[in-house]
Amino acid sequence: MTTNEIINPANLVHKKTDLLTDVPMHYCPGCSHGVVHKLLAEVIDEMGIQEETIGVAPVGCAVFAYNYIDIDWQQAAHGRAPAVATGIKRLLPERYVFTYQGDGDLAAIGTAETIHACNRGENIMIIFINNGIYGMTGGQMAPTTLEGMKTSTSPYGRNVELNGYPLNITKLLAELEGTCYVTRQSVHNVAGVRRAKKAIQKGFENSELKKGTSVIEIVSTCNSGWKLSPAASNDWMVKNMFPAYPLGDLKNV
Amino acid sequence: MEEVRLMKGNEAIAEAAIRCGCDGYFGYPITPQSEIMETMMLLKPWETTGMVVLQAESEVAAINMVYGAAGCGKKSMTSSSSPGISLKQEGISYIASAELPCVIVNVMRGGPGLGTIQPSQADYYQSVKGGGHGDYKMIVLAPASVQEMADHTVLAFDLAFKYRTPVMLLADGVIGQMMEKVVLPPFQPRMTEEEIREKYPWGTLGKLKGNKKNVITSLALLSEEMEKTNNHLQAKYREIEKNEVLYEEFQCEDADYLIVAFGTCARVCQKTVEMAREEGIKVGLLRPITLFPFPTETIKKYAEQTKGMLSVEMNAGQMIDDVRLAVNGKVPVEHYGRLGGIVPAPDEVLNALKEKIVK
Amino acid sequence: MKEEIIISGFGGQGVLSMGKILAYSGLLQGQEVSWMPSYGPEQRGGTANVTVILSDERISSPVLNSYDTVVVLNQPSMDKFESKVKPGGTLIFDGTIQHVSARKDINIYRIDASNYATEHNMLKTLNMIILGGLIQVRPIATVENVLQGLKKSLPERHHHLLPMNEEAIKTGMNLIEKVN
Repeated sequence: MTTNEIINPANLVHKKTDLLTDVPMHYCPGCSHGVVHKLLAEVIDEMGIQEETIGVAPVGCAVFAYNYIDIDWQQAAHGRAPAVATGIKRLLPERYVFTYQGDGDLAAIGTAETIHACNRGENIMIIFINNGIYGMTGGQMAPTTLEGMKTSTSPYGRNVELNGYPLNITKLLAELEGTCYVTRQSVHNVAGVRRAKKAIQKGFENSELKKGTSVIEIVSTCNSGWKLSPAASNDWMVKNMFPAYPLGDLKNV
Repeated sequence: MEEVRLMKGNEAIAEAAIRCGCDGYFGYPITPQSEIMETMMLLKPWETTGMVVLQAESEVAAINMVYGAAGCGKKSMTSSSSPGISLKQEGISYIASAELPCVIVNVMRGGPGLGTIQPSQADYYQSVKGGGHGDYKMIVLAPASVQEMADHTVLAFDLAFKYRTPVMLLADGVIGQMMEKVVLPPFQPRMTEEEIREKYPWGTLGKLKGNKKNVITSLALLSEEMEKTNNHLQAKYREIEKNEVLYEEFQCEDADYLIVAFGTCARVCQKTVEMAREEGIKVGLLRPITLFPFPTETIKKYAEQTKGMLSVEMNAGQMIDDVRLAVNGKVPVEHYGRLGGIVPAPDEVLNALKEKIVK
Repeated sequence: MKEEIIISGFGGQGVLSMGKILAYSGLLQGQEVSWMPSYGPEQRGGTANVTVILSDERISSPVLNSYDTVVVLNQPSMDKFESKVKPGGTLIFDGTIQHVSARKDINIYRIDASNYATEHNMLKTLNMIILGGLIQVRPIATVENVLQGLKKSLPERHHHLLPMNEEAIKTGMNLIEKVN
């Protein structure tokens, strides 16, 4: 079979959504970001809301999210995405506005912005990638780093006496009156990917219905930061991250 | 007939913002400027013009809400006082870099630290020399009356959108708190989304089919790209310096000596000039209205005519640096100031003038 | 004409609103006006003061070091401001103040407003009694303009209180007496 025969349109069985740009992703092979980006792009495409959606990119590995999904974007200062999204959503109340943040961005430096946006019940969706580590800056300890987990700033493992406990921020956000939908998903297998996609769609639908803030945590891997192969990362996540951050809906109003 | 009203400087800003078609205000309470948000909340513009007024959880959040709103091409603003403005510096740097138009009001109080709630001008450096990280500038307007608080609010938005840059209204506790007569600006309707798309095609209002996506960002990993951004910003600042210098001259024509003062100090010094002239000392007052761009050329001109200058500021001597740069050693330039929230009285300034300059 | 006034007393005595009414009166007379309060914790019971300037010309400094007229409603204010009356100027003090300025180069007036207001259940309009005294000896605004000014500075729901305030002004006009 020649290449030309293979790419013959008649043989097409799956097409990537046009909303994913052709810019090569900078994410490491095996990283969860790429899958979540694809799901976001697919949902926006399938819901037909490309013209009405504005994304807010964080500081962290996903800072360049705006290069990969073909919608209008704003890139926020570290941790400030929920405040930026508030500014956008309040002035454009009929648009779909979402933030895409990592654990350092959302649960450390941006804790106040996150909690208060959720508490005001901003009609936005927050996508929270939790891989328990600062990926972009080279694998430092994050607020969600597990006890005993080794990072470049906890080289002997997270010591609770020194660093405090892993922060289960999603549980905390579920307590707030302003959130309508708080869920924890993963994208490490086909079933997980399907559920995560449904959750993202629900987040957008909640925005449209003005039900309040939707928080979608994706428990994720960082094989570079964790210094494991992609497959071993998935196994490590299932074994160690899931018990600390169990999957499922925490709140669904 | 225009309606003359009596109101505080802070209230005038709120009224003027609503009238000039501001889309969103985001703030956090701090003395001596809380009347700005209080007045807006009382006036309920969301029921009339549709303007959004939101109390944020912090100054940091407020400036980032402004970033989000401004990124959509909307007229947005925030206000605070010195300690709160320090918290906003991160956001201001991002806004300058991402080239977003917005208005930031600083009703200065005495610092450093928590300081005092009394009037001060000690944030001059912070406002005109940067404040946040990186090579950027803001246009800085220094109102000296309640009328100017209203007028400069309108002007600030015009300049912000003309140059896609943050503009700061740098007032102090006196001008914020005092009441004077004011004629408010006429109502302008807020811009529709169609108008924004037409005039500010960079705004993130949602990517229409056939258009390229809009991205508001201040990030460039490649140094070459970031240098380009910087060069572009610097060219813009030179353009602003060329076009937008504003100042006021008071009894300068025949002056042997010049007082340079802005904001409240300029009001005080106007009285000093009157007192000095009664004693036969020919003093003039130059009041910079824009602190960036600074009226360098005008001061340079007066260095040829006068025998000395006094920079009067409610700080330890900040604007004097810019006066000296303009004068370039031609005549002596001295500073007189009060610190920590004290407003100098006209006779104090007169004594300082006699001691330091008129010899 | 230009009149530079400072009014000083305890927070809660209506010092700031008295200044405001005076400023409104100036506005109605077509004058330039400025009203500069001391702001901050003073508002909650400390000593509060307000500088009011009424002028036919543009007002330069809203902050002054001497005044044409000084109105003091408590002892600390007397101690702080009696020396700041311009020679030939006017000092008005409340009857509760014990130690009065000994200056001979100014006009000094006593108005026994606090005591009178307490006896006649008029404490709510104490500042209007003082204001009545002030415009009696310094005719910088007419009673009509002061009442108009009051109307402008009061929310509509309080307009039924206007007659009570008018009476307080008239009381003050009769109550003030020259001591020097």
